[in-house]
Amino acid sequence: MWSFWHSRCCSLWQINQEEGTSMELLKEREEQIYRTGEQPFSLSCDKDSLAGAVSQRACVFCGSRVVLYPIADALHLVHGPIGCAVYTWDIRGALSSGPELHRLSFSTDLQEIDVIFGGEKKLKRALLELIERHSPKAAFVYSTCIVGIIGDDMEAVCREVEKETHIPVIPVKSEGFMGNKRAGYTAACNAMARLIGSGDTTGISPYSLNILGDFNLAGEIWLIREYFERMGVEVVANITGDGRVADIKRAHGAALNVVQCSGSTMELARMMEDEYGVPSIRVSYFGVEDMAQALYDVAEHFNNPEILEKTRQLVKEELQELLPKLSFYKKALQGKKAAIYVGGSFKAFSLVKAFRLLGMDVVMVGSQTGTEQEYRELAEITDPGTIIVDDTNPLELTSFLEEKEVDIFVGGVKERPIAYKLGVGFCDHNHERKEILAGFSGMLNFAEEVYSSVMSPVWRFTYQKEAAQEKNCRIALANPKN
Amino acid sequence: MSKNPPNYISTTNACKLCTPLGAALAFKGIEGAVPYLHGSQGCATYMRRYIISHFNEPIDIASSSLSEKHAVYGGGANLKLGLMNVTEKYRPQLIGIATTCLTETIGDDVKLFLREYDKEVEGEKPIMVQVSTPSYSGTHMEGFHNAIASVVEALAGRDGKQDIGSGVNILPGFVSPADIRYLKEITDDFSMKATILPDISDTMDGPAAKTYAKIQPGGTPLSAIAVMGNSMGSVEFGHTMAEASGGVLLAEKFGVENTRMAMPMGIGASDRFFAYLSRLSGVPVPEKHQAERGRLVDSYVDSHKYVYGKKAIVYGEEDLVVGLTTFLAEIGVMPVLCASGGKSGKLAERIRQATADLLPEQPQVHEAMDFYDISELAESLGPDLLVGHSKGYPLAQKLSIPLIRVGFPIHDRMGGQRILHLGYRGTQQLFDLVVNACIAKKQGDSPIGYSYM
Repeated sequence: MWSFWHSRCCSLWQINQEEGTSMELLKEREEQIYRTGEQPFSLSCDKDSLAGAVSQRACVFCGSRVVLYPIADALHLVHGPIGCAVYTWDIRGALSSGPELHRLSFSTDLQEIDVIFGGEKKLKRALLELIERHSPKAAFVYSTCIVGIIGDDMEAVCREVEKETHIPVIPVKSEGFMGNKRAGYTAACNAMARLIGSGDTTGISPYSLNILGDFNLAGEIWLIREYFERMGVEVVANITGDGRVADIKRAHGAALNVVQCSGSTMELARMMEDEYGVPSIRVSYFGVEDMAQALYDVAEHFNNPEILEKTRQLVKEELQELLPKLSFYKKALQGKKAAIYVGGSFKAFSLVKAFRLLGMDVVMVGSQTGTEQEYRELAEITDPGTIIVDDTNPLELTSFLEEKEVDIFVGGVKERPIAYKLGVGFCDHNHERKEILAGFSGMLNFAEEVYSSVMSPVWRFTYQKEAAQEKNCRIALANPKN
Repeated sequence: MSKNPPNYISTTNACKLCTPLGAALAFKGIEGAVPYLHGSQGCATYMRRYIISHFNEPIDIASSSLSEKHAVYGGGANLKLGLMNVTEKYRPQLIGIATTCLTETIGDDVKLFLREYDKEVEGEKPIMVQVSTPSYSGTHMEGFHNAIASVVEALAGRDGKQDIGSGVNILPGFVSPADIRYLKEITDDFSMKATILPDISDTMDGPAAKTYAKIQPGGTPLSAIAVMGNSMGSVEFGHTMAEASGGVLLAEKFGVENTRMAMPMGIGASDRFFAYLSRLSGVPVPEKHQAERGRLVDSYVDSHKYVYGKKAIVYGEEDLVVGLTTFLAEIGVMPVLCASGGKSGKLAERIRQATADLLPEQPQVHEAMDFYDISELAESLGPDLLVGHSKGYPLAQKLSIPLIRVGFPIHDRMGGQRILHLGYRGTQQLFDLVVNACIAKKQGDSPIGYSYM
């Protein structure tokens, strides 16, 4: 019996390996891919990942953790077995100008006995122990898959601990299986909504705003704050990059919410609009166009000539500094092909524009959690033939990169080895980056990073060039008329 | 100084990973295999990210991607769908299925689902091996060893047509691709047929290639696993795994003599490994390896003064900690704390046995430790060196002492997959690292600017 399986599987496997990467899509995945120019636009998204498809997505817990984690003076306790906490220990470069409690990984590290008898007691003791040890300004308690199953009453435990410790202790409903990453964003927004409104708002300027959806990777929020300050606008709360509990508590006193990464924090902005009448605008700080637009939108919102003038001045100064330096990269990168796969599709828009500014062609763009509206808009702004994809996986990415003969792929850690194995350059635009990519100076860093990967001499040693030449040869032989 | 380990309720900065991660890595060392987690989507993705950051290689781990309704009604349907999709897309020879805390707790019977799958699904079916890996029980090492035991249980056999009593099975545990390549070289030099299970030397450290392989070439061939029962002997590195390990199963089922020995780190432990191979093969230790041993002894002598009496904290997987501690004791470094997130209950005894004749005083040895505990103890211990994976870096930075990066994960340097730990050659590399770290520390701390040692 065994040898039968073995010989059969072996032969199938060998045939398959020799075929290389030519690929048929799984039927269920076909609707999540669209090629610009094909009519009419139709793309299915915002659904559960397909079993066995090797999605690049994480889970509800991930969504919550990403959003709340940069609040640096809060305790972030993961209630569950060790994995969820240990895989998210200090893996994202959300910087803090002060306390760094967020960089520690706290877990109740549930054991079999806790699963049998329930984890509530352990959770309470862990919370009391950690709050005493670290004196945080608030505690977030993340539920994981298993907590949803064993039915620990986290609300009750958090209430008890809040009473005893006199700090906000907030449960985050982030059981991994309760939806996808977007559900985790919602859970995080709900958690923050419990803080907002409890702080003193006296003395906040009428020209003030909260920064939502920037996580201060590589210190980006400091740069953005500096722009707003130069415009004469007060920043009340960073939500959540370099975030502080006290600031978030008084965030409802700001005159405006400026929302980047709308997928993750737009919901909070909506809640604040409903509850406190704080209006919001959507912005992006990536790329020259969107960065300038973000500042002008804020200035126009306040409708104050002085702020507007300062904004014009700021943009002018920054562009004068930036554009001459960019021209070198534009010349070098002209006509190179780029592929984009990011978490949220709003960032993808800015990246498409940023690549255009560099004279490059975007041939594939996708995201883990985009909405239909966002994909539709992407289809509108991209060139015919561009692949637009939702919740993709390594094999699809591989075939897209090969088909489009991409020069640079923008993504996160999980996308990197795919690019490199295909002999394609790579730019990490995810949470591990250590150079600022937002803002005007970030655009220059972005260009530099793209350039340093695309122009590296190492590609001459990879085997893809040779393979591509052979393939072209074969095509020419098969189609002599061409 | 208290010899009692800290005893906190919460875990801060864990010194362990979860069970399914170890299983996924073990499955990755089998030819044509795709690791598969029966759980929610996040587990697979988090682990992939964690593993990629060390190996810089693609690792596709499939998932049942369970959602709320599956948690209520059971994950069987999604497991089957997932297996079908993986089969269609990857055409694997084997799918290694590991459970997660979610599916263990909702009580999914994976064995039953697989029997049903076998009946219900027509056409091509890869071999399915399943292992139970609830993440609330044990660490990644239990997941690793249990996955290997499951593979042996399901696939190892004996072929009467081939020689019985030829070759050796090596079950090295979780070592680096470089270590496995070196083990192959060694057994080749002894002219021995060796089956190394698992073998991540190519699958997790593959050369650049013309085309992208859906499943990276390499790994222990299924045909070799199928005749592991023919081998003369099996050797397992480490003593802290469960009783029913792959090697023990091979002994029970096929009478293949099983030898558990400490990871061959340092001269003493490496000597035992080479002697074992020599005894099994009847071939004296090849000249090349004797020469490597000789150079290692020579370098020990050349450098002994730079390391003698330095105090080290060693942390990580239990068997790795035993190996490292033995090596450090051998060169005159004083391990002052040996810590692991694992809790086999065997760590202290193993360290005592390995170092009793080397160390004037036994180090503190604690299981179930996290980096908060280690950091707390470190304050009074005043170590000169940390030895372990890269997650110890914040502590090394706080103490302003060097970190010798070994094991997994190495997330803050390139080349973790190429670190050699085992045998005379691995010991040589570790030794040079330790010595030069001590010299560099002294040089850096001195205002004089010595340009010589």
